[in-house]
Amino acid sequence: MKILVPVKRVIDYNVKPRVKADGSGVDLSNVKMSMNPFDEIAVEEAVRLKEKGRAQEIVVVSIGPVKAQDTLRTALAMGADRAILVQVDDAVDVEPLAVAKILKAIADVESPGLVLLGKQSISDDSNQTGQMLAALMDRPQGTFANSVDIEGGTAIVKREVDGGLETVELTLPAIVTTDLRLNEPRYASLPNIMKAKSKPLETRSPADYGVDISPRITTLKVTEPPMRSAGVKVADVEELVTRLVALGIA
Amino acid sequence: MNTLVWVEHDNASVKDATLSAVTAAASMGDVDLLVAGKGVRAVAEQAASVQHVGKVLLADDVAYENALPENIAPLVVGLMQDYDAFVVPATTTGKNLAPRVAALLDVMQLSEIISVEGPKTFTRTIYAGNAIATVESHDAKLVVTVRGTAFEKAAADGGSAAIQEVSGPGDAGSSRFVSAEIAQSERPELTSAKIIVSGGRALKDARTFDEVITPLADKLGAGVGASRAAVDAGYVPNDFQVGQTGKIVAPEVYFAIGISGAIQHLAGMKDSKTIIAINKDEDAPIFQIADIGLVADLFKAVPELTGKI
Repeated sequence: MKILVPVKRVIDYNVKPRVKADGSGVDLSNVKMSMNPFDEIAVEEAVRLKEKGRAQEIVVVSIGPVKAQDTLRTALAMGADRAILVQVDDAVDVEPLAVAKILKAIADVESPGLVLLGKQSISDDSNQTGQMLAALMDRPQGTFANSVDIEGGTAIVKREVDGGLETVELTLPAIVTTDLRLNEPRYASLPNIMKAKSKPLETRSPADYGVDISPRITTLKVTEPPMRSAGVKVADVEELVTRLVALGIA
Repeated sequence: MNTLVWVEHDNASVKDATLSAVTAAASMGDVDLLVAGKGVRAVAEQAASVQHVGKVLLADDVAYENALPENIAPLVVGLMQDYDAFVVPATTTGKNLAPRVAALLDVMQLSEIISVEGPKTFTRTIYAGNAIATVESHDAKLVVTVRGTAFEKAAADGGSAAIQEVSGPGDAGSSRFVSAEIAQSERPELTSAKIIVSGGRALKDARTFDEVITPLADKLGAGVGASRAAVDAGYVPNDFQVGQTGKIVAPEVYFAIGISGAIQHLAGMKDSKTIIAINKDEDAPIFQIADIGLVADLFKAVPELTGKI
């Protein structure tokens, strides 16, 4: 079985995003960029499935600027076999629906048994691409995965849902989106980082797949969230209780 | 604008998140509801009494019992011929379903809106709540998920909508529900609790967490939450997690105990009305947003507090 893993280059999760003064977006210049953490979990899961003999080949895909090559190389260093960059201009942000259409076209060519991807990117927090891809491929989806097992022609996915956990059984090919506790991604070793440099990486364009990436949504403005200001500090539990009584909860 | 709101339920009763979605939909236009499930006539009757509702569509089929999106999305797509917007609570069930519907309608979804600004203009948070984007859709139809804490709940009674039975293609045959492990608790659910007591990594271990946090929560009739650090450390299960990657809550009163206040946690609770922080580190970021802060050793302060209220 082949596993397709889409990955996105986003602002590093340790960096606090700053809204641009003109309200046009978030300032990404001179900011550390990394692989979206949920996608890193997806790459790790794919590599583990390959190590367990459940998969033979891992293909990683990124739809983004030329720098997304770095993100793909990271995935290759973690254990993916080859990469496809669907390159767009630096300033272009491709929406989840267009991403899903490109991925669908790639899946038509590659015929993966499983598509593993993050449940959302930590940039636009949309949480859509996996579900949309599943719809376009007319295949089942296991979102917010906490564990994934492949048995014969099915994927058993334990999902993180509001009340706890839910298990579903999906007929392959299937789409699985990762949640945080699925695994802890490995660090690529130096020899593997070196080896990744010679793994195949092909560059394509959205037009190669016949997908129109013009946006359906316009961002009119981006603002800072309203700030909460610090309140009072109380000296001891006694004073805290007095305040709670004033609030009517003690 | 005609809107169709997805009713979140457990085949027994309407979940609160639905009521917030109804409020959002009512500010966009007329509101009909969709109840899909198995043996859910009682749920549809409950839904029919929700304020603002014109009509309740009832799809009763074993294929819809567990809200499998493979089965429900085609049903919704068929119904959307008569509607301009599909409005869905941003619960895990809603987030699982809505994008599947959007893609089949060839529409870009607007995820987790926090306000309705115009017919096709909304605000939503991006970058874990570090920025708010005002966005306008150019699609003919809208698919919108609604953050429950950002909208008042519509009144659950007073309405008297008609119930109309509908049907869809049924079982797509590609997925099967196996089992659910849903935590049973006497406590209020986090997303609807009026008071929440949350603990962080400082609680040391699962037993200490339970010994310190639970008695206070019991006394206040509060829901119990936790930071991601506490969940990752195994003190409590994942469904306790409050934060950008967990649950978004906005109770009347939120107790942050031994929680430093990482951005990712703040994103999940900063809309709480009153935030109370207890932490021994006076420089902890949580104090920058807390209404009432107590710099103290939580292992002494929390039991003392529990004793005095």
